[in-house]
Amino acid sequence: MWEYTDKVKDHFLNPRNVGILEDADGVGEVGSIACGDALTFYFKLDEAGKIKEATFQTFGCASAIASSSALTEMVKGLTLEEAKNITNEDIAEYLGGLPKEKMHCSVMGRDALEKAITCHLGEPEKEVEGEIVCECFGVTDVEIDRVVRENHLSSIEDVTDYVKAGGGCGNCHDRIQEIIDSILGTERPAKKKAPALTNLQKIKLIEESIEREINPNLKKDSGRLELVDVDGNRVLVRMGGNCASCVKSPITLKHYVESKLRELVAPELVVEEVQ
Amino acid sequence: MDVIYLDNNATTKVAPEVVTAMLPYLSEYYGNPSSMHSFGGNVAAEITRGRENIARLIGAESPNEIIFTSCGTESDGTAIRAAIESNPAKKHIITSRVEHPAIKNLYETLSKKGYRVTFVPVDHQGRLDLDYFYQNLSEETAVVSLMWANNETGVIFPVEEISQEVKERGIVFHTDAVQAAGKFKMDIKTTGVDMLSLSGHKFHAPKGIGVLYIRKGTKFAPYMIGGHQEHGRRGGTENVASIIALGKAAEMAQEHLDGTGYERVGKLRDKLESTLLAQIPHSMVNGDRDHRLLNTTSIAFEYVEGEAILLMMNEHGICASSGSACTSGSLEPSHVLRAMGVPFTAAHGSIRFSLSRYTTEKEIDVVIEKLPPIIKRLRGMSPFWKESMASN
Repeated sequence: MWEYTDKVKDHFLNPRNVGILEDADGVGEVGSIACGDALTFYFKLDEAGKIKEATFQTFGCASAIASSSALTEMVKGLTLEEAKNITNEDIAEYLGGLPKEKMHCSVMGRDALEKAITCHLGEPEKEVEGEIVCECFGVTDVEIDRVVRENHLSSIEDVTDYVKAGGGCGNCHDRIQEIIDSILGTERPAKKKAPALTNLQKIKLIEESIEREINPNLKKDSGRLELVDVDGNRVLVRMGGNCASCVKSPITLKHYVESKLRELVAPELVVEEVQ
Repeated sequence: MDVIYLDNNATTKVAPEVVTAMLPYLSEYYGNPSSMHSFGGNVAAEITRGRENIARLIGAESPNEIIFTSCGTESDGTAIRAAIESNPAKKHIITSRVEHPAIKNLYETLSKKGYRVTFVPVDHQGRLDLDYFYQNLSEETAVVSLMWANNETGVIFPVEEISQEVKERGIVFHTDAVQAAGKFKMDIKTTGVDMLSLSGHKFHAPKGIGVLYIRKGTKFAPYMIGGHQEHGRRGGTENVASIIALGKAAEMAQEHLDGTGYERVGKLRDKLESTLLAQIPHSMVNGDRDHRLLNTTSIAFEYVEGEAILLMMNEHGICASSGSACTSGSLEPSHVLRAMGVPFTAAHGSIRFSLSRYTTEKEIDVVIEKLPPIIKRLRGMSPFWKESMASN
C-alpha cells in the first residue's frame, strides 16, 4: 500500500474543480489511456489576465487525481507568467510530498499546465522535440534531459519514477544512462578514478594543483602556501603571507587545501603544516 | 468499520479451529520431533497426521510423498532445481506466460544461465495454447511447469490431461497448485504430475508453511541441505506449530469440498459478478468463465484506473486487488492480463475479487451497493469516459 499524505488523500477523495470548463482560455491535454494516466487541464482568465478558474479531468491513480486537483488550486489568482514558474516539485510539495514512484503524476500536472498556456498564447503546439528514447511510453531525450536536470536525478530508476521512461520493456535503459551520464559529466564532474600515480607524478600533480588552484585563491586574502615535502600520502606544507599569522589557517588547511588536493590528486592525502 | 475481505487469493484468514490446534505447539509441546524421548516423539506423531491430511487433500498415494517447506515459492524453486539437476543433459524448460513470479522469475533467471526457455502463450480467455505447447516439447526438455489455477483470473489449466501426455514423453511435470489446493477435488495419483507446490496461507493456515509433493520414484535433489528431516529431502528443524496448523486446515478444506461449501462460495461469486456487470456499463470479466476457480472473478471496468477504485473501496472497508500498473509500483498492467491481450482501456481498470468460505451474502450486497457509484464517480472525472460515450 502506498504511503500517501493526508493532503493527497484529501485531494483524491474530495477533488477540487473537476470537470470541463466551457469556453476556457487555455486547454492542455497530456497522457494516454495506454500509459495508465491522462489529464486534461482547463483555465479561464479574468480581465486583469489572472487565472480566475481552473478545472481538470483525470484518468489515473489516486496521486494523479490529487496532483491534478492540487494544480487547479495552485494556479488560481496567478498571471500566466507566474503560473509558468510552477514546477513538478511545487505540485508535490503542495501535497506534502508524493511517493518517489509517483512523481510522474506531478510531472504530468506541470506538462498539462505548460500545454494549456501555450494553447492560450496561440503559439503553435510545440512539435515533439528530440527523438523518442522510450518507445513504450513515448518519452523523448529532451524530456528525459529536462527532468534529470530539474530534479537532480541520478539513476534510470529515478527517470522511470519521474517520466515513466524505461518502465516498460527496458530496451532504452542504455540510452537513458547515457543521458544521465552526459549531464552528470558536464554539471557535476564525476571524480575521475585516477590511475595509480607514481611518486613522481603525485608530487608533480600536487605542485601543479597548489600553483594553479590553491594559491590563486589564497592570494585573495594575501595568503600563500608552499610545498615542503611529500611523504607517502602526507603532504607537508608551510603557510606564508597572511596565512602564517591567521588564526583560521588550520581550518583553511583542512577544509580547503586538503579537500582540494584530495579532489584533484588522490583521496587518501593528508595535509600537515610544518614550521 | 467492518472489513469486507475479498482478497483471499492474496491470503486468507487463519481458521479459528486452526489457531486452536496449533497453539499448544507454541507453548507446552515444544519438543523436537527428531528427539529420542517421547516428549519429542509425540510431536513427530502429530506431524505424521498432518502429512496424512495433506496427502488426502491432494489425493497422493502415500504421505511419504509430502515434504514441508516454508512457502509456495520455496516449493516451486526446489522442484524446478531438482528437475534440472537430475537431468543435466537437457537444457530446455517450458512454462506458460501467466505464471506467478515464483516460477516466472526463476525461469527468466535460468534463461540467463544457458537454459532455453519456452513461455507458452494463452488466448484472450487465458486458456493455454495447447498446440504451441505440444509443438515445443522435445527430447531436450527437462521440465514442464504449469500452474493449475491462475491467481489473477482463477482460470484452470487442464493439468490432468497435459501431465499424462508429458509424462509419456519422459519429461518431469511440475504444477504450481498454490491457488488450486483446497479449492477443488484433486486426485494427484491418477495424473502425470511428478511434483506439486502448495501454500498453507491460501487455505486458512498461517503464512510461512508450504508443501512440495514429490511422486514416489521422481529423481530429487534437496535445495535445503542439512539434517535428516523430511527423509533428507529438506533439512532444517520442522516448523511444528505451522505443520499442525496446515494439517488441520487441510482437514477442514476436505470437509468443505466434500460438503456443499464451495458451491455456496461459487453462488456468491456469481451473484457479485452478474450484478456488477448488469449495473455497470462497459465492464467485462477477464478469463474463461467456464473453467475457473469458484471463488475468483476478475472484472475490468473500462476508462477508470484500478488503484483509484481500490482506494475508494477501501474507504468502505472493502478489500480487493487490482491488475493495474499503479498498485504494484510498476508502470505496466499485470503480465497475466497483457498475455491475454486485454486492451489497455480495460487492463488498467481490472479488479480481482476473491472470496472464501467466510464470505457472507451480506458482504457481497455491500459491495454491490458501494461499487457502482464509485465507478460512476471516477468515470465522471475521466477525460476518456465522455469521449467514448459520445462516440457511441
